[in-house]
Amino acid sequence: MIRHLEYESSPSASLSEIEACLALSSAALLLIVAATRRSTFGAGLAIASAPLLYRGITGQWPMVPDSPDDTQAALGGDRGVHVRESVRLECSISDAYRFWRRLEDLPRFMSHLRSVTQTSDRQSHWIAAGPAGIAVEWDAEIITEEENRTLAWRSLPGSDIVTAGSVNFEPVRGGRSTELRVHLQYAPPAGRAGALIASLFGREPSQTIREDLRHFKQLLEAGEMPRTTAGTKE
Amino acid sequence: MRAVCWEGTEQIRVETVPDPVIINPRDAIIKVTTTAICGSDLHIYDGYIPTMEKGDVLGHEFMGEVVEVGRDNARLTVGDRVVVPFTIACGRCYFCKEQMWSLCDNSNPNAWMAEKLYGYSASGLFGYSHMYGGYPGGQAEYVRVPFADIGPLKVPDTLSDEQVLFLSDIFPTGYMAAENCQIKSGDTVAVWGCGPVGQFAIKSAYLLGAERVIAIDRFPERLELARVQGHAETLNYADVDIPAALRDLTGGQGPDACIDAVGLEAHGTTLDAWYDRAKTSMFLATDRPHALRQAIGACRKGGTVSIPGVYGGWLDKFPLGAAFAKGLTLKMGQTHMHKYMPRLLEHIERGDIDPSFIITHRIGLEEAPAMYRTFRDKHDSCIKVVIKPS
Repeated sequence: MIRHLEYESSPSASLSEIEACLALSSAALLLIVAATRRSTFGAGLAIASAPLLYRGITGQWPMVPDSPDDTQAALGGDRGVHVRESVRLECSISDAYRFWRRLEDLPRFMSHLRSVTQTSDRQSHWIAAGPAGIAVEWDAEIITEEENRTLAWRSLPGSDIVTAGSVNFEPVRGGRSTELRVHLQYAPPAGRAGALIASLFGREPSQTIREDLRHFKQLLEAGEMPRTTAGTKE
Repeated sequence: MRAVCWEGTEQIRVETVPDPVIINPRDAIIKVTTTAICGSDLHIYDGYIPTMEKGDVLGHEFMGEVVEVGRDNARLTVGDRVVVPFTIACGRCYFCKEQMWSLCDNSNPNAWMAEKLYGYSASGLFGYSHMYGGYPGGQAEYVRVPFADIGPLKVPDTLSDEQVLFLSDIFPTGYMAAENCQIKSGDTVAVWGCGPVGQFAIKSAYLLGAERVIAIDRFPERLELARVQGHAETLNYADVDIPAALRDLTGGQGPDACIDAVGLEAHGTTLDAWYDRAKTSMFLATDRPHALRQAIGACRKGGTVSIPGVYGGWLDKFPLGAAFAKGLTLKMGQTHMHKYMPRLLEHIERGDIDPSFIITHRIGLEEAPAMYRTFRDKHDSCIKVVIKPS
């Protein structure tokens, strides 16, 4: 799997070095405490450190605009946060594509999703678990669909978040295996929309997507996800 | 149920823990009839294996009777008598299909931990830290076996538990170590470490056509077992200069292949061995690769060094220059269990080998904590401990 993460930060406003240091060291402290606790509490602390980190680095508190921008404005060109991940699967392209295209099954392997409901052929309604268990909802539409090759989507105006993404399927090893490449984009954690989605994907969005793809692979190849305790969702 | 649990370095306790349950469709639950302590469990006992947590159930060599089967497991039925491989494999990923079972992509739920340390994760293992999946082990009355439609090997009632138990790890591990030596008829193989894996490597080297096997250790009872049961020539490293002796025994050429069946806690009497001890005791190094250094130094030009011994971290003073200059092949890794178990069962059925020859101690579950110490300190001529949980 390859990983790639780009981060677009706006030019920083002035902030005294002491304030920046304070914000950064508080964030670091929260992260360290969080890292030593493998629990919901730890995860909460890690999420709580995000605004402090943001302020320490950029000199501004995250902005909360009134309404989310549309995907063109927020994510056009190379704006926004990009996450790229890929995975190889021991199955045919059509099996992999079919599994992914059943959007309602995506929550089986995407840890942050609660549900996806297909509302029409190209539109769907997504609900994810946001910070402190608050539901984050958005509508998405498929903007490109080529069977067994590519699928691309974007969020629609009026959603809680602004995001777009694509997944590409390619045959490898003479067609015996399939390579899947995911490219996700979301608004940087400045606006409310960005802050929400940033908290969904955690501190390491690349790692989160990587785990989701790993679960996808496990379900597709082994028919189940390896677990040591019951109770987590399958 | 009762289970042998890790509570910290050199702290093992038998505790009452919840009975395992079926979690995934391909699972099975096994009632353990016989299990064993492995030399690699001693690395955990001594605190060398990271990501262990208090209360983890130990043990990866076990066999027993199937008492419950998941809904997608068509291969096993309740009542089957099976030996379970210590590596957990899905059977369907690229690595399983290519017979590299111990490198399975889909069996480690904590793959991200191993990826942080090693780049990519190998398969999950029973009772061998959270980095390898955090699966409860088999030194217990019952154990949950994931992907049980692929791993467990049914064994005939004509063979006793003690004859087939070691198919779970050490016999295939010794065998793969010998197979990795790419033995040609007439070859001489030197084996460092006459513990259980070393003993099986010796026997396997002969099964695969070696003409001579030279075994190296310092404990008289282990050297004797290698001599009497394994028909090896033996060298005691406390008495002789090993590289000089090996040169002498091979007409100045060196062994064709060398097996390091010692791993990361090697003992030695030479300067570099004391250097390793000093560094690891101050947490400045992770492994003590004395045996491996010696094997690389002693191996003939163009030979193979095979490493079944376990290593965990970044090796210090590793003689890659010697390996390069002599054009050596290094082969290593966890055993591809599923590949070897059926053919080794055939060897046992044919009477080519009776693996029970290495057993020196037989105990109940409650005696396990004390026996870890006895085994680690090699007291009471301890070579292999088997446990009867009930």
